Amino acid sequence: MTVLPVAPRGTTDPPAGRSARPAGARGRDWRMAAEIVAFTAPALLLFALFVVWPILRAVQFSAFDWNGFGPLVDFVGLQNYVRVLADEVFVAAVGHNLLIVVASILVQLPLGLAIALLLNRRMRGQGMLRTIIFVPYVLSEVIAGVVWFQLLQPGRGVVEGILGTVGLEGPYQGFLGTPELAMPTLIVVLTWKYVGLAVLLFLAGLQGVPHELTEAAQIDGASWWQTQWRVTIPLLGPTIRMWMFLSMIGSLQLFDMVWILTGGGPANATTTMATFLVNEGTKRQNYGIAAAASVVLFVIALVMAVLYQRFVLRRDTADADVPRGVR
Amino acid sequence: MTTATRTRAPRQGSGRSEGGVLVYLVALLVVALTLGPVLYAVLGGFRTNAQLASDPAGLPDPWVADNYRRVITESSFWTYAVNSVAVAVITTVVTVVFGLMAAYPLARYQFRWREPLFMVFVVGLLFPATVAIIPLFILVTRDLGIGNTWWGVALPQAAFALPMTIVILRPFLMAIPREMEEAALIDGANRLQFFWRILLPLSAPGAITVGVLAFVGSWNAYLLPLLLLRGDMKTLPLGVADFSSQYSSDTAGVFAFTTLAMIPALIFFLAMQKRIVSGLQGAVKG
Repeated sequence: MTVLPVAPRGTTDPPAGRSARPAGARGRDWRMAAEIVAFTAPALLLFALFVVWPILRAVQFSAFDWNGFGPLVDFVGLQNYVRVLADEVFVAAVGHNLLIVVASILVQLPLGLAIALLLNRRMRGQGMLRTIIFVPYVLSEVIAGVVWFQLLQPGRGVVEGILGTVGLEGPYQGFLGTPELAMPTLIVVLTWKYVGLAVLLFLAGLQGVPHELTEAAQIDGASWWQTQWRVTIPLLGPTIRMWMFLSMIGSLQLFDMVWILTGGGPANATTTMATFLVNEGTKRQNYGIAAAASVVLFVIALVMAVLYQRFVLRRDTADADVPRGVR
Repeated sequence: MTTATRTRAPRQGSGRSEGGVLVYLVALLVVALTLGPVLYAVLGGFRTNAQLASDPAGLPDPWVADNYRRVITESSFWTYAVNSVAVAVITTVVTVVFGLMAAYPLARYQFRWREPLFMVFVVGLLFPATVAIIPLFILVTRDLGIGNTWWGVALPQAAFALPMTIVILRPFLMAIPREMEEAALIDGANRLQFFWRILLPLSAPGAITVGVLAFVGSWNAYLLPLLLLRGDMKTLPLGVADFSSQYSSDTAGVFAFTTLAMIPALIFFLAMQKRIVSGLQGAVKG
């Protein structure tokens, strides 16, 4: 398996060979400083211009009432935030994002684990299976979304056709057009698109579970289920927690799939924070509101990331070398 | 449980290695659910709308190539494809070159600001382009005046891809043995020569991995191109979305267009599968 070399963590490794530099080698110091600047400058400039600066501008815009034209003069302080947080569409959007975060984990974790454990045995065509399961992940959300949109077309999509063969009837306005069904349908499509990533990462994690441990458990009389549940899955902990983090961040930013499938509708039933802010910014020219919404999105993502890092991931980085449970 | 001594060998897989019918059935079901929608789109492109309407779940009967022919000859498919390739190539080259350059001192020089500098990029992982999308749109279109161009999309994409690139590349460069550097220096090379002659060739696997990730990210990108590109400058995802909303009742045509748009990504994925997978795993282990 090709896995990247594990990074030496922290800076505690002793300085490189140059540490015993003869005193007075100032010329070499200057040269090294120049090299460092020359090597890092392009990346730093690009990063500052297209990442840091726009984010700072978003904070700035959020304090103005601005339609995108003319100078920024109409300072409104925190009023945009008050309006955004009082906007029931936005509040619902935050709820939708959180629902997608939770639903993605609750659905994809067991499903991904089950598939990974099933596939993690010597069987014919295993390599091909892995490839196939990963295909939806590689397709863009737009392509996946457009295909699913057609499959789910009310009245003539194949999903209703299949339901029809077992005597069921699709909802009158279609799965995506019925407010109560749009969100569950979106979650199903997201599961189809992203469970492959979970399977892939879990399979990689399973490769790291020492064969001796599962063997020992079996020798001690554990059944296959007990071995998976008590030995394998706990050892997969770090991988699972890392995957949950990626999944969480992705769910908070969700835009493409929603924009393609429902545009946030019907009746704002699937609006996310990202579709809300794009809608406000590009369609309604409420740049101040859009900026305030984007800052709120960022703060929510940051707080969740920091909390997750602090309470969930920390133990992984603390004892990364020794998988938990292995003594 | 007397089998302990002979079950030693196979490294791969845990638990029982005999598959069992159930496992294959489940695997088959998973494959069907995963590939079903994709295959349906591919086959749907070979049917007429009348066929699709009368029997949604059927096979092409007869097979018609007309939808695919129409997309290839009459739509802007090729224009979009060229734009997608150009934007993805620029994004990839800028990301890899700038990323490698920045990762080099961050991995192999000792200086005071090294870890804080690295932290800048690590924190950058948390900034999705979505958050900055409105100011980014204004920056690119008004301040820089490169709104409807390849570079206008590629440069911000590269900037947002840099954190992941550097986070993946740094351990790669760190892992190259120090002895190798010392030997090169003793042989009279300076650090720049060491970078060019030794480090770059040795870090090729890492560079390819981050390059593939940058390419796929750009190829699939939607939000930024959606705001920045118009008319003949659009990329394939925009083209697919446009086609789908413009001709939403022409299901067969939509399937044909979508299928053609996903082929390049699928071929690229199959060719680069190992790189993509190891990159994602590396990112998780990071």
